[in-house]
Amino acid sequence: MGKRERALLRPGKFRGRVLVMDAGDVQRAVWRIAHEILERNRGTEGLVLVGLQSGGVWLAKELAKAVAAASGSEAGRAVPVGALDVAYYRDDIGLRPVLPVAATDVPVALDEAVVVLCDDVIFTGRTVRAALNALMDIGRPAAVQLAVMVDRGYRELPVRPDYVGKNLPTRRDEMVDVSSEGVMLGEVVDEVSAGGQS
Amino acid sequence: MSGRHLLGVGDLGAEGIGEVLRLAETFEEVGRRPIPRVPALRGKTVVSTFFEESTRTRLSFELAAKRLSADLSTFSSASSSLKKGESLRDTVLTIEAMGVDAFVVRHACAGVPAQVAGWLSGEASVVNAGDGAHEHPTQALLDCYTLVRERRARFGAEPQRPLALAGLHVAIVGDIRHSRVARSCLLAFSALGASVTLVAPPTLLPPALEGWPVEVSHDLDALLPKCDVVYLLRLQNERMEGQFLPSPREYTATYGLTAERARLLGPSALVMHPGPVRRGVELAAEVADGPASLVTSQVASGVAVRMAVLYLLLGSGALVGA
Repeated sequence: MGKRERALLRPGKFRGRVLVMDAGDVQRAVWRIAHEILERNRGTEGLVLVGLQSGGVWLAKELAKAVAAASGSEAGRAVPVGALDVAYYRDDIGLRPVLPVAATDVPVALDEAVVVLCDDVIFTGRTVRAALNALMDIGRPAAVQLAVMVDRGYRELPVRPDYVGKNLPTRRDEMVDVSSEGVMLGEVVDEVSAGGQS
Repeated sequence: MSGRHLLGVGDLGAEGIGEVLRLAETFEEVGRRPIPRVPALRGKTVVSTFFEESTRTRLSFELAAKRLSADLSTFSSASSSLKKGESLRDTVLTIEAMGVDAFVVRHACAGVPAQVAGWLSGEASVVNAGDGAHEHPTQALLDCYTLVRERRARFGAEPQRPLALAGLHVAIVGDIRHSRVARSCLLAFSALGASVTLVAPPTLLPPALEGWPVEVSHDLDALLPKCDVVYLLRLQNERMEGQFLPSPREYTATYGLTAERARLLGPSALVMHPGPVRRGVELAAEVADGPASLVTSQVASGVAVRMAVLYLLLGSGALVGA
């Protein structure tokens, strides 16, 4: 879930409570996932990394760098990276404000590609459902895989990530903030009390 | 967008126009996909009610609704019960009773979309697709979008500015008096920071322009070298005779963008026209097809911009709690 999405879902300010992963932990998870992607797909042939707006875009870029660097003999071969905005495919349009963050940008044809969807957090699985529908309108990939930095549980749809940075047990009302700087567990507080704290 | 309807550019403000332009960019990307359709407005019903003829506005609104997966009904006044004597109000309420989420209204009389909005008892939105000499807000929005995008494509990314057209000088040339496009465009361009000059013979200017954010000129030749954009309006047949103009040829000689006059334009100036173009009258064919012309680009932007308007009104939830 991107920052903007969280802000819309629960207006207020994120207040971090526990640093679950620091920048080094995140970097090591990126390296491990990159190796898992290479192992599972036996190289970078046909691979495309697609980050979900907005929280998954940096992860897709980081993974692309790590995959290219780790692919050894194929070193130097860049892995294409795209950014997908799934706003128009969401199932909660009309229930809450839904606006795109940026135009979708997938620079290569997805037909017969192996697409690795990347997102910061998997929660209900509804964003991933929307992303799968969006992908199918853009092309017909040979396979779609899912990489997330944090799996926090509470799935509402039969969706399972293929690559996970960290399984993180959470309360439903908690929030997880993910960036290359680290993973923070906390909650959203309304602006007034946040202002009083800071 | 703060209201439920889009009756004029004033309903949006600079911020609302900016939001439409931002969304239009995402919808333009959708239009380039192998399957150029998103499920955003599934279950919504849009009815296009055109009481006056139109090609591009009607088609692009209808395509926009379909590409958002809304159900689309089309109302044609020529084959409707209006011909049997049903009033406009009864016709509108009949359509509303069938369960409609948005009316796209075009009418020869100014104020009809506002009238329709007032008659509706439910939650349906009204989008003005052109009413008399009043406004044509989606035309102005697609013109702003085209201008911003083309300037970015031609001259590179401009530094982020609070207003997308700040510092530009736009001349709107032609039959200002009868033009809804001129009204919407001058409001939209100036809301985005451009300074607008109206150029027309005195007979084709509105009786009063007090309170409008514009200057007026009758000398196109003197103005052209300073213009970043020349926006030409269509000269309608019925205005060419009678008391408004001595003759079409005299109009072209003084206010038409002929090939010769176009040479007065600066190297980065752009030429726009809402269409349909009357080649050789207000705009020479060589200029309309030349490198400075954005005419076809304007048409191409129509669907994406109207998708943005329909999505903001019906889908975004920007109105939730408003």
